[in-house]
Amino acid sequence: MIPAAFDYVRPADLDEVLGILRDRQGEAKLLSGGYSLLPLLKLRLAQPELLVDLRDVGGLDGIVHTDDDIRIGGRVTHKRIQEDEGLARSLPIMREAAVGIGDPQVRNWGTIGGSVAHADPSSDWPAVLLALGASVVLRSAGGERVMPVRGFFLDTFVTQIEPTEVLTEVRIPHPARNGGGAYKKLERRAGDFSTVGVAVQLALSDDGRIASIGIGLTAVADAPFAATEAEKVLTDARPGNEVIQEAAAMASKQSKPVTDSHGPADYKRAMVAEMTTRAIRAALQRAGA
Amino acid sequence: MTIEMEPQTTPEVGGMGHSVKRKEDPRFIQGQGEYIDDVNLPGQLWLDIVRSPYAHAKIRSIDASEALKIPGVAAVITGKDLEGYKLHWMPTLAGDMQMVLPVDTVMYQAQEVAAVIATSRYAAADGVAAVYVDYEPLPVIVDPFEALKPDAIVLRPDKGPDKQTNHIWHWESGDEAKADAALAAADVTISQDIYIPRIHVASIETCGCVADWDPVREQLTLHMTSQAPHAIRTVLALVAGGAGLPIYEHNIRVKTHDIGGGFGGKVPVYPGYVLAVAASFLTGKPVKWIEDRSENLQADSFARDYHIHAEMGATKEGKITGLKVKTIADHGYTDAAADPSKFPAGLFNVITGSYDFDNAFVEVDGVYTNKPPGGVAYRCSFRVTEAVHAIERMVDILAHDIGKDPAQLRMENFIQPEQFPYTTPTGWEYDSGNYGAALTMAMEMIDYEGLRKEQAEKRERGELMGIGISSFTEIVGAGPSHTFDILGIKMFDSCEIRVHPTGKVLARIGVQTQGQGHETTFAQIIAEELGFPVSDIKIEYGDTDTAPYGLGTYASRSTPVAGAATAIAARKIKEKARHLAAHLLEASADDLEWTNGKWSVKGSPDRFKTIQEIAFAAYTNHPQGMEAGLEAVDYYDPPNLTFPFGSYICVVDIDKGTGQVTVRRFVAVDDCGNIINPMIVDGQIHGGLTMGFAPALYEEITYDERGNNLAGTFMDYLLPTAMETPAWETGKTITPSPHHPIGAKGVGESATVGAPPAIANAVVDALWHLGVRNIDIPMTPQKVWKILHEKGVAP
Amino acid sequence: MTTQHVSVTVNGEVREADVEPRLLLVHLLRENFGLTGTHVGCDTSNCGACTVHVDGVSAKSCTMLAVQANGSTIKTIEGMANGADLHPLQQAFWDQHGLQCGFCTPGMIMQSAWLLEQNPDPSEAEIREGISGNLCRCTGYVNIVKSIQQAAQQMQAAESAPAEPAAAS
Repeated sequence: MIPAAFDYVRPADLDEVLGILRDRQGEAKLLSGGYSLLPLLKLRLAQPELLVDLRDVGGLDGIVHTDDDIRIGGRVTHKRIQEDEGLARSLPIMREAAVGIGDPQVRNWGTIGGSVAHADPSSDWPAVLLALGASVVLRSAGGERVMPVRGFFLDTFVTQIEPTEVLTEVRIPHPARNGGGAYKKLERRAGDFSTVGVAVQLALSDDGRIASIGIGLTAVADAPFAATEAEKVLTDARPGNEVIQEAAAMASKQSKPVTDSHGPADYKRAMVAEMTTRAIRAALQRAGA
Repeated sequence: MTIEMEPQTTPEVGGMGHSVKRKEDPRFIQGQGEYIDDVNLPGQLWLDIVRSPYAHAKIRSIDASEALKIPGVAAVITGKDLEGYKLHWMPTLAGDMQMVLPVDTVMYQAQEVAAVIATSRYAAADGVAAVYVDYEPLPVIVDPFEALKPDAIVLRPDKGPDKQTNHIWHWESGDEAKADAALAAADVTISQDIYIPRIHVASIETCGCVADWDPVREQLTLHMTSQAPHAIRTVLALVAGGAGLPIYEHNIRVKTHDIGGGFGGKVPVYPGYVLAVAASFLTGKPVKWIEDRSENLQADSFARDYHIHAEMGATKEGKITGLKVKTIADHGYTDAAADPSKFPAGLFNVITGSYDFDNAFVEVDGVYTNKPPGGVAYRCSFRVTEAVHAIERMVDILAHDIGKDPAQLRMENFIQPEQFPYTTPTGWEYDSGNYGAALTMAMEMIDYEGLRKEQAEKRERGELMGIGISSFTEIVGAGPSHTFDILGIKMFDSCEIRVHPTGKVLARIGVQTQGQGHETTFAQIIAEELGFPVSDIKIEYGDTDTAPYGLGTYASRSTPVAGAATAIAARKIKEKARHLAAHLLEASADDLEWTNGKWSVKGSPDRFKTIQEIAFAAYTNHPQGMEAGLEAVDYYDPPNLTFPFGSYICVVDIDKGTGQVTVRRFVAVDDCGNIINPMIVDGQIHGGLTMGFAPALYEEITYDERGNNLAGTFMDYLLPTAMETPAWETGKTITPSPHHPIGAKGVGESATVGAPPAIANAVVDALWHLGVRNIDIPMTPQKVWKILHEKGVAP
Repeated sequence: MTTQHVSVTVNGEVREADVEPRLLLVHLLRENFGLTGTHVGCDTSNCGACTVHVDGVSAKSCTMLAVQANGSTIKTIEGMANGADLHPLQQAFWDQHGLQCGFCTPGMIMQSAWLLEQNPDPSEAEIREGISGNLCRCTGYVNIVKSIQQAAQQMQAAESAPAEPAAAS
């Protein structure tokens, strides 16, 4: 498998990248870790004229806890997220999701920004970020905008990113007190894309009710999405088998899986319910319920 | 746990029974192996292949004009070009015909349509993308049962007027009337449909070659990945002869290099090889063809695809009385199986397994469909996996039906040790066996009683745990010349040994390692026989200009056939050495005895000559009238096949919510007769088990209704990783083959054959109480979940 | 066809080439530099036969462009032994029969080396996870796990042992 020919640049900084994107709109494709893009190039499913490699661009590789939120640079690898102790303490869901992505080599090189921008409908980070209520920072030569991930993922490989923009950062709100989260991924075999992936982040109120909850689903629609109906069922509810099952059923209903090599649609719908149940239970446990 | 075999040689000599470290490893661990893609010749061109997106279509036209404009693209070859040389069709190993390139019709998705020759790999790939082919899609048949319907379109109109049908052949074995009578008289009868799906060997190295035609010397050197280089040479000579090309067998040199896994997938002759040869002939330059993984997974030969219907009869106590099996074999668009000529369904009639009963009848019908060639190989001796799966599933169903423990039922039906040699109702003569001993050892190793107790407790709690057994008998080592040939070439194998004056040894064998460790184990056979240390013995193979003719390595035949040839050739040398020693010791040859690499005078152990001294004398001091030198060659025609066996026990846990099956433990007790190298035998078992585990739970090549292969990359054809592969536990019993010179039987495929039914039986065992009688492999989560859902267990 | 200049340090040696931007790193190593120990097995970054170290990090060289590696330091299987002294992992794969056909072996050893750098004393589960991006069709992984365990032990023992001049030769 050999890619079609393209040109390649490796700018030294972000301004240079943004300038190139502005000047060659629609012709250029950003290259971060490459583990999503290169297979597409080799299969000739993608044939860009120019690859713009972000490898030398500094300032995109931090994991910073600010007063407002947690900021993860677009070039931060899955492996760094997996190993970041601060993140593991505050948001264990991040490590749980990171360790399930691809395999060790993929995690060494693949980046969260690359993964989110690529928007494979089966990738893991979108579901997690939807559950966490995260935002993405999109920078262009003209400036910067911050956009919530809810509404960011439009379709298979399609997001709100403009061809002139770079996804520079992911911003995640600090978890609430009594918070807990979990990511449950059903895969056919280690290293596989999800058959179904469900991310849950919730917080309990002092009286033991679910004060807030985010549920993100991957691999069961054209794009990752938030299971808003299930979230409604659980918000302010007292955790219990019945309400969890009801929420899981709502998540299942809201999913639109297609039959493919990962399984028939009815199986996937059932698995949405199953994995949602498991993720909610694990999140509750981590929240101290 | 192992019944030990005491080595007869010192560790320094390293004969049989020693876990000698492999002689081939230093180059592999340092990245110095030489695989086919590592071979590069001066002036080499690259060949890449245009493939059909349709499973069945007319080719209206092929336009290569854009491709030919690409810098570096030298030529585009189509079926019409080959037709001029009568090279557009070629024979398969099964005696059918397959296309090299189609002239007018493609028969499966990813079939070769045109070849692009270019100065680089990248330019060739660009050329492939620029060839425009105009297709007219035709109706597609992917289901062999549809193909057999009277109104089905005929897929192979090229066949003779009496063969205008998709039915390829009918084959049967055993006595139908007796089997029918036994089933009619049985207290208990069971019947079951079992489908063994299409799978692919997917060796990590794909196939490829470098064809090098030297027009001045009229010499063709074909560097390639072949498990059977001599057979390839002969087929090439025949194809070239048919095409009227001046390429004759003495001027064809097939040279294999290191092979990155074969498992049967590197036995056939693929169109890519012939195209590379044709391209080299046309250009006068070396031409390299290396397929990529998707080509490999979509177009190379496939295994299995057997639709089995089995019926079994038994007494109410569970004594098996009869077996009847009818099978539809989906061969794709051509029968390219590598089965011996007289066995279109391979050795499938070994299906009576490890059990003693008198009445059996087996029939198989081969069918054409719009798929690439099927039924070839997946680490299995000619359809034995299908047979073992069927009999082991049937025995398990019988046990569950009459409420008898499956281990107990097997014990009560086993052929007993004193019954060997044992003739089966389908005509095989099993050489030796002790089936009860192997099963007993496996049950002890895994604590069978304890597991059954645990299972009962778990079932009370609603948890799903299953225990599965497989007590298989294999049939390997093809084969005796009175019955076994491929394209008429008898299935002997060979070894030539040369002992050099300084006591070092070069041996060449007709078989071809792909990781089995022949450079080590064949040296061990010679070390055992002659007392030379393994370190002094070099084994060569894979170069048809130097190695003796042999049929190659597949179907676990290397040790049973070429291993025997090696022992016999060594014994010929030993016999000549006796006469040399008699000369040196001034004694009568009859007065000498052989011990530990020496001929000594009986009763005077201090009067001896070592084999090294004798070797030197063979060139420096041989008696008048005796030929100089110390060499021998043997072409071994086995008197019978060998019948390795084993008992495997598997424990599974099933996730009720998702249908996921986890193999918690797996104990494999194997008996492959005498063992040459215990470490290598264990390695073969580990690998074989993993290639049994894989199709049981993960691997399957499926097609949609348009004939598209749905598992054309490693993203969807799921080879197990280290994560899900169980930590295999192995044990051995040793029951030597009575007819093999060193009592060995062959082991490479036993575990691939034996493992799938153990896993399937465990999963069904976990679900039997829910009314589940069979689940076809692969037992994917979606399949198991659907059953659990239908039974009301899963939501 | 425009080419770009690539300069990399491979196994301690500076190597240069003018390449098409689309040239895969694995082809740069194999075809431009003749380092054929690194293999291609799947094309889709599933099998890991092409694993090398780029700037000390294990990478699948079939899923990286040669131009991406420009300026980097690369280690391949050919750079693992120190002259005639095998790397402990090479020795362990030999001792424990951790290979059969040998095709996955270079990638497996390179990934194992990286794993042991990250985690010098891995559990069996950690080893299995650590090589989950490397497929082996021959061994069933049992002896590969044993090989990595042996190497881990030897490397830790060598680490803790006082340096002996004789052992350094």
